Amino acid sequence: MGKRKERALVDSQTCIAPGIYDMWIKTGLAKEARPGQFINIYPKDRSTLLPRPISICEADGMRDLLRVVYRQAGKGTEEFSHYHAGAHIDVLGTLGNGFPLEKGKGKRCILMGGGIGIPPMVQLAKELKKEAEEVIVVVGYRDADLFLDEELRQNGKLYIATEDGSVETKGNVMDAIAENGLDGDVIFACGPMPMLRAIKKYAEEKQIEAYISLEERMACGVGACLGCVCKTTKKDGHSHVNNARVCTDGPVFEAKEVTL
Amino acid sequence: MNTAVTIAGVTFKNPVMTASGTFGSGMEYGEFMDLNKLGAVVTKGVSNIPWEGNPTPRVAETYGGMLNAIGLQNPGIDVFIERDLAFLKQFDTKVIVNVCGKSVEDYVEVVERLGEEAVDMLEINVSCPNVKEGAIAFGQKADALYNITKEIKAKAKQPIIMKLSPNVTDITEMAKAAESAGADALSMINTITGMKIDIHKRTFALANKTGGMSGPAIKPVAVRMVYQAANAVKIPIIGMGGIANGEDAIEFLLAGATAISVGAMNFIDPYTTEKTIKGIEAYMDRYGVEDIKSLIGSVK
Repeated sequence: MGKRKERALVDSQTCIAPGIYDMWIKTGLAKEARPGQFINIYPKDRSTLLPRPISICEADGMRDLLRVVYRQAGKGTEEFSHYHAGAHIDVLGTLGNGFPLEKGKGKRCILMGGGIGIPPMVQLAKELKKEAEEVIVVVGYRDADLFLDEELRQNGKLYIATEDGSVETKGNVMDAIAENGLDGDVIFACGPMPMLRAIKKYAEEKQIEAYISLEERMACGVGACLGCVCKTTKKDGHSHVNNARVCTDGPVFEAKEVTL
Repeated sequence: MNTAVTIAGVTFKNPVMTASGTFGSGMEYGEFMDLNKLGAVVTKGVSNIPWEGNPTPRVAETYGGMLNAIGLQNPGIDVFIERDLAFLKQFDTKVIVNVCGKSVEDYVEVVERLGEEAVDMLEINVSCPNVKEGAIAFGQKADALYNITKEIKAKAKQPIIMKLSPNVTDITEMAKAAESAGADALSMINTITGMKIDIHKRTFALANKTGGMSGPAIKPVAVRMVYQAANAVKIPIIGMGGIANGEDAIEFLLAGATAISVGAMNFIDPYTTEKTIKGIEAYMDRYGVEDIKSLIGSVK
């Protein structure tokens, strides 16, 4: 059906960790959703005009349910956090390219998520489990307030890093890789920029493929405004100036294609 | 009901256009709506060579609006003609190409390249606040605006629209300068220069520090300037600034605009242009307006 904006219904919402909300939305977009894609959610308060791009955590196409897990970070997400089942919610999707699942086929895949970059790993792990030789999931949190860890454990071998050392490895996802002597053929990652930079460097040293999901301030989400660009090593397809659009050319890029 | 309007001999099926830079060349929004319904597509600014634009972050939200400092990233005239104009030819809508440059020669080069192309009008961007050279430097002094307008008008095969900056002391002075140099029409307003500071990170929200403000928050400023300009010059005006629906569009027409453009609101709702066209028709129906032209500048 292609990209579209529609009024959907909130099916349920729960707070799963301090400031972290888990919302299921009833929408036909669930049928088209791929792991690593995102949707735009529009605040009702018109003083907060721009859509909030939020990654898809899980999609149940059979029941038309889409799951987003987001951090309450500002006025827009604060508004969303008050929605209850039955509330109307304006969404536009599905947006972005998503992770290239075919690159994980028959391979030992390492999925890495940091903080609010963890949610897209849920659907990714579920789908890769069917195709990959092995699914290893390495996730990083600030402290013992974990979220989505139990679900991730059902679809892969889970390793945890916490900044304060309260659970498993003290440090970040790269520390967890080193401490556990983990090894794989391909990496799929989403998280803060320092983590993605470390993964890009690691993948280059190990000479393995890495697909990373980038984040940038966005306005339209559909490739028109050119607000959310990232630096690419090759000429981009739109403006031919080494500036790819995170919203439409990404958000997932092969690490070696981008300069971070 | 007649919704058609004419500017410099070009007739538009309705007065609804897309503000430059908010709609690409229509490709991205063609996925959501039928471009044939638009009065015109006004393209993103195009320069003689590719421009890479500014570093990120390039956009920030403000109360009821946004700031942008894209810096006119564009692929340059060669790719634009080959790809974007070829795409737009498929549709039954008018095409207005926004032209940007760092020097008069840059502008003229683009204008001349477009001379034989399927382009209905040219919109000359002398008001982008986000590039250091050119652009706004030509749009904030009446004599500079007069000179560039005259040079471009002498070379242009299509009618030219000068896009004015609101970041001036007296908009009527700028409107008159463009008119006396031969401009066929004006479009206004471009974005209002603004700034946002992230108090938690203690940094500017935009890498460029300043950006252009757009969205519903700027609409009263735009309506005021359109009104002032419309009462100072005889050439038609394309009004824009925060238009979100048919009622906003009508307000600009009553203030003196002959046509209007939807800008930042395309980002919020990709169907805004279509809804604006329907909203204008609903207004005309409600008040028994047979010809949209009777509304233009009718509030004095």
